[in-house]
Amino acid sequence: MELFLHQVLAGLATGGIYACMALAVVMIYQAIDHLNFAQGEMAMFSTFIAWQLIQWGIPYWLAFALTIAISFAAGVVIERVVLKPIHDAPILSHVVAFIALLAILNSSAGFLWDWTIKNFASPFGSGQFLGQNLLSRHDAGMIGVTLLMLVALYLFFRHTRIGLAMRAAAANPESARLAGIRVGWMNALGWGMAAAIGAVAGMLIAPVVFLEPNMMLSILLYGFAGAVVGGLTSPGGAVFGGFSVGVIENLAGTYIPVVGREMKLSIALCIIVAVLCVKPSGLFGRPVVTRV
Amino acid sequence: MLLRPETREPPVYAVAGIPLAQWRQILLGLGLAVAVVIPFALKNFYIFQITLAIIYAIAILGLNLLTGFNGQFSLGHSAFYAIGAYTAAIMMENLGIGYVWTIPAAAVVCFVFGFLFGLPALRLEGIYLALATFALAIAIPQVLKSSVLEHWTGGVQGIVIIKPDAPFGLPLSSDQWLYVFTVIVAIVMYVCAANLVQSRTGRALIAIRDHPVAASAMGINVSLYKSLTFGVSALYTGVAGALGAIAISFVAPDSFTFVLAVALFVGLVVGGVASIPGTLVGGLFVLFVPNIAESVSKGLAGAVYGVILLVVIYLMPTGAAGLVRLITGKLVRQGR
Amino acid sequence: MSRLLEARDLCAYYGPTQVLFGLGLAVDEGGITTLLGANGAGKTTTLRSLSGMCRTNGDIRFDGKAIAGRATEDIVRLGIAHVPQGRGTFSRQTVEENLEIGAMTRHGRAAIAADVERVYGYFPRLKERRGQQAGTLSGGEQQMLAVGRAMMLRPRLMLLDEPSFGLAPLIVEELFGILRTLNKNEKVSMLLVEQNAALALDLADHAYLIETGRLVTEGPARQLRDDENIRRSYLGY
Repeated sequence: MELFLHQVLAGLATGGIYACMALAVVMIYQAIDHLNFAQGEMAMFSTFIAWQLIQWGIPYWLAFALTIAISFAAGVVIERVVLKPIHDAPILSHVVAFIALLAILNSSAGFLWDWTIKNFASPFGSGQFLGQNLLSRHDAGMIGVTLLMLVALYLFFRHTRIGLAMRAAAANPESARLAGIRVGWMNALGWGMAAAIGAVAGMLIAPVVFLEPNMMLSILLYGFAGAVVGGLTSPGGAVFGGFSVGVIENLAGTYIPVVGREMKLSIALCIIVAVLCVKPSGLFGRPVVTRV
Repeated sequence: MLLRPETREPPVYAVAGIPLAQWRQILLGLGLAVAVVIPFALKNFYIFQITLAIIYAIAILGLNLLTGFNGQFSLGHSAFYAIGAYTAAIMMENLGIGYVWTIPAAAVVCFVFGFLFGLPALRLEGIYLALATFALAIAIPQVLKSSVLEHWTGGVQGIVIIKPDAPFGLPLSSDQWLYVFTVIVAIVMYVCAANLVQSRTGRALIAIRDHPVAASAMGINVSLYKSLTFGVSALYTGVAGALGAIAISFVAPDSFTFVLAVALFVGLVVGGVASIPGTLVGGLFVLFVPNIAESVSKGLAGAVYGVILLVVIYLMPTGAAGLVRLITGKLVRQGR
Repeated sequence: MSRLLEARDLCAYYGPTQVLFGLGLAVDEGGITTLLGANGAGKTTTLRSLSGMCRTNGDIRFDGKAIAGRATEDIVRLGIAHVPQGRGTFSRQTVEENLEIGAMTRHGRAAIAADVERVYGYFPRLKERRGQQAGTLSGGEQQMLAVGRAMMLRPRLMLLDEPSFGLAPLIVEELFGILRTLNKNEKVSMLLVEQNAALALDLADHAYLIETGRLVTEGPARQLRDDENIRRSYLGY
């Protein structure tokens, strides 16, 4: 029983990472109505920028803030410049563009900062949370920040005009234009916000998994899985999904003999696919009602 | 001031006086002529590379049937390629069966796997299906590496295959013979695919892609067709996998990761979604562009690849086939 | 009466295909003009051209200002509200959010809230459903919502694309009555595209008839309504 509890908590701790990423994924999905496969690499690159700023002697929280600002701007630029020539292209072509971005960011990071792992400081310090041997201070801080971002996003989307404009632009761009909404800039704003959230996720994750160019690949996958399980239309669901994926992965690794350890990733994904078969819009997603 | 609509004859689309249908035949003939000349005009290594490009083209054709013609988004075709490859390897090395038989065997095995995967996938749409197939692509290498199946799969180290020689003592090198063998298989598969797409079944698949509700209202059994398409698509990619195993003489789990799945997907889009000839362009892209990128800059190979990919997508947002369609359209209009 | 909207020599294209061939039309300030024609005549394309939603050639002037070639978002901000074919509802958002989206280019929370109430005044059924997901509304309610959304812009000109499409006759009558009131009380000029010619000619002052992208005839609505030849050849009754 104690092992179970430990594993659940450990799962929640790693789940915090996935929840953070899942939030960024859902954020971009709400804004642009597709998934951005380059999200993880953007987060990784942002984290390297933060690392570099800290190496240059800039204090942690200033570097944190600067990185968020730079990432936001970069997200906007990517949408307005890199994606502009293919705005009207079919969705599959967009996916290829994301793949291209992924390759560029991954390779550039390796080239600029090389492929060895680096340490990244945690703002929450080392040691256990509340002195108990349940959760580390960093894990607790990570969960806290994720929940804070979630609340902020909820308030933004539900209670501000610009949040509504963004949702409108993503849901029905043509009608949004007819309401005078500048859809292109709304998309760009969405990308900027997603990049910023990704940067926060990266900076929270790096102390745990160590900073290196490939750090985000599997995390992005878990983040997607969490977002999908929770329902792509529900940021709260995504966070729940992220935590669940962490717990499931840990329990699978511990309790399923032999294969458990070797195939943690596959098992977690299989469970997710199973959930989707039962609830195709995710656990908390709102199925879109279409009139025929 | 009432106008009468003019009566017009249906237009015959032609470029430089030759109707389009005839152009297609001319180009097909040229293509076949080139295919015949290749094994005698190029060195062994280049023949080997062209063989691989054709193999990737067949794999992409499989993906195209599913995603391009039937609208089911798959990022997991590396899984079927792997299954086809391992079927061939296990049959040849562990069971001592000749390489020719591995092709139909891989076809059957992959069809079954594809169909079975297609059944639960019926409930998933778009992005959810993409994730599920991606999960498959991640899972397969892990399964292949696992200690449970090591006896058959050779675990992490994989299986080495002996490259077959030309039969009946024909004066062809291994590479030349494999090229011929691959081309024969490719021709069969492409003809079948073209027939499928133009048949009633093909139209049903396209109807399902464009408007599943209307398709089912017209009596098309959407679930059956979608699962069958998954099976056929897996069949094609599996056959390519088997051919690939024979050509490279080696299979190992890390050759079949999601990187391959992504590459096949990129090849599909670059060649042109829902275009059969486009798959050949896709195959060439998948084979050569990563090498070109690496030769430009070893340290930034990925970045160069990404930039090339972006440029290609900017110039041809609907793929090579889309570009050809655009140019043909312009030429046809100029001629008139 | 001055001409609020005027189009001259309007040509429109979907990709390489030309759909409108040198069309000319005008809407008077405070008037209701209707554009009639069979399926595929180019009526919807005409409205889309005026809103900057397809490639055009030619001269379009709104209140004297040239608007051809400008972006949809800018044209809308000049005071043209377009109620598109198929309603253009934001299905995942609530009824009230739909109306708020319509007011996105305006400022002043109090004024916008007052306008929301005004729209509910015209369409009480929308008020009943204010918190409901708009995609679950019936066709008639979605059409009312679309008109309401357009009203939130406080437009000077409303473009309406087949508002009667798919609606029961009683609902259509109700809707057209409201359009007449809007025109009189709120001074909204209208360009109405309709397949239901009888209804449109009843509401409008002036009418245009187009076929395969070309103007066939135009005149005061009453004149077209009373012309037997035109009615039989083009309007089907």
